[in-house]
Amino acid sequence: MSAERRPASFYWLAAFFALFVLFLYGPVITIVTLSFQGPEGGLTFPMRGFSTYWFSKLWEGIGVVDIGAALRRSAALGVVVMLLTVVFSVLAGLGLRQRFRGSGILFYVAIASLIVPSIVVSLGIALEFRIVDDSIKAFGDAYEVGWIQSSYTTIMGLFTSGLGAHLTWTLPFGLLIMIAVFNRLNPAYEEAARDLGASPWQTFRFVILPIITPPLIGVAMFGFTLSWDELARSSQAIGAYNTLPMELRGLTTTVTTPAIYALGTVTTGISFAVILSAMALTWLIRRRRARHGSDAGKGMV
Amino acid sequence: MRAIQDFFSRTLAYWQAAPMALVFGFFFLLPLAATAMVSFWEYTEYSIEPAFVLTNYSDAFDGCISSLPDLCTTFRTYLSTLFFCGGTWLLTLIIGFTVAWFLAFHVRTMTMQIVLFTLCTIPFWTSNVIRMISWIPLLGRNGLMNQLLLSLGIVSQPQEWLLYSDFSVLLAFVHLYTFFMVVPIFNSMMRIDRALIEAAYDAGASGWQTLWNVVVPLTKPGITIGSIFVITIVMGDFVTIGIMGGQQIASVGKVIQTEISFLQFPAAAANAVILLISVLLIIVGLTRLVDIRKEL
Repeated sequence: MSAERRPASFYWLAAFFALFVLFLYGPVITIVTLSFQGPEGGLTFPMRGFSTYWFSKLWEGIGVVDIGAALRRSAALGVVVMLLTVVFSVLAGLGLRQRFRGSGILFYVAIASLIVPSIVVSLGIALEFRIVDDSIKAFGDAYEVGWIQSSYTTIMGLFTSGLGAHLTWTLPFGLLIMIAVFNRLNPAYEEAARDLGASPWQTFRFVILPIITPPLIGVAMFGFTLSWDELARSSQAIGAYNTLPMELRGLTTTVTTPAIYALGTVTTGISFAVILSAMALTWLIRRRRARHGSDAGKGMV
Repeated sequence: MRAIQDFFSRTLAYWQAAPMALVFGFFFLLPLAATAMVSFWEYTEYSIEPAFVLTNYSDAFDGCISSLPDLCTTFRTYLSTLFFCGGTWLLTLIIGFTVAWFLAFHVRTMTMQIVLFTLCTIPFWTSNVIRMISWIPLLGRNGLMNQLLLSLGIVSQPQEWLLYSDFSVLLAFVHLYTFFMVVPIFNSMMRIDRALIEAAYDAGASGWQTLWNVVVPLTKPGITIGSIFVITIVMGDFVTIGIMGGQQIASVGKVIQTEISFLQFPAAAANAVILLISVLLIIVGLTRLVDIRKEL
């Protein structure tokens, strides 16, 4: 088989693929390179020296925006979104293994949430929260509730409307992955566990969970990175304080130094760190299993 | 106690699905309902008032019928958005199909497939905004492309159409979303029984005939899913068109965003409803073809 000669089309397609990869990487490599521009350098080539000057500029802060605070907000939101995405997706995936009244609806709502334009979802959440705010204020006025009248402004915020907006984006991905995983899960493992007298919780904890851990790490990674980069759905629903991608978008029109490339390099670096640690974790689990002779997960694929 | 336990184990699936269902209820379905409702409200410069009026819709299409055959702003905006949508769809489909074809049929080992696949996903670890602005040093007035064209003597002065133009918007869309086309098409291709390809070959079909009469029809579900994804993203886009178009190109999403920034919520809601209906019409047209759930 391997001695079979490659057809000519192989080489054309391989060349096309190589160009595609170059097209994907070219721009990113460009800005990572340019972020190490010397102090005299500008937004374009040539490179005038090589320095970390723009990173230190970034550290001091660019424009009026507190990048560090935005970065911390995005990271905190990303972690919360990640945890909720994992838990809710696993639960819903387990639930959807049985067909129950409404299970089809949940599935199609999840798909719809994925494909309804983000600006529509974002506007909808903003309107919903506005209506709630107005109702609370009206209630406060009608019943003379002091603290509402004096200090209530809005329930919109990073961990209310913002969190919800991000979940409408990450949960469909999580659910689709979990459905795919459970479709391929051999029910014989659970039946065996049940026959041996395991309780439903024990079956989940000691049989199902170890098998689905690698795809779960995938869901977690998806959850964090989708939230970390999310922009369109956050745009109207995030409340008073912006996430990093939103600040970044604002900076594209105001910052005209390579500091913005440095920021790009930093955020990319964080994404890389998250994904590489997820991969390392999967690898560690695999290795541990190989050492302990467990065959968990072998029934997959 | 026993009865309670029985109740829970009988309704377990509902409890498991409940958290996700609640999130979608509160942050997806209710917001859509709120949007539909507010689209019939009235607004002034500083407030929105519950009402039931159709003025937001009639305003959106103001003068569209009377000024025909000239196009009103709304029609022009939709036409421009549809142009980007169609262009992006066609380009991502052709490029995505070719890449998926290579990965599925010409890469022989699974390890190599995984390696090449990962290679394609790595650029997605960078935020979209960064991936957009990274075209500036390449396409700008003093960018690499212009330096190259000038030094080769192909042009005598820097080309302005490379950046902040229809071209750069389309380029950015293709750059950002082609891989969303590759993944489902690749998934469909991997399900094709290789014996079918051999049968076509044995029956004397040429490479193109096999591609067109065997591979393409069997890849239709993947093509449909990828198309839905790309089309819905581009239809509602305001970020890419904003940044890559130098905030000069209109799109439906940008219209909505601008109205929100002027606090004209009912008008924005009406436009959102119109956008949603147009997107749904496109999707219904496309999904006559597949059952998504079978594809997982």
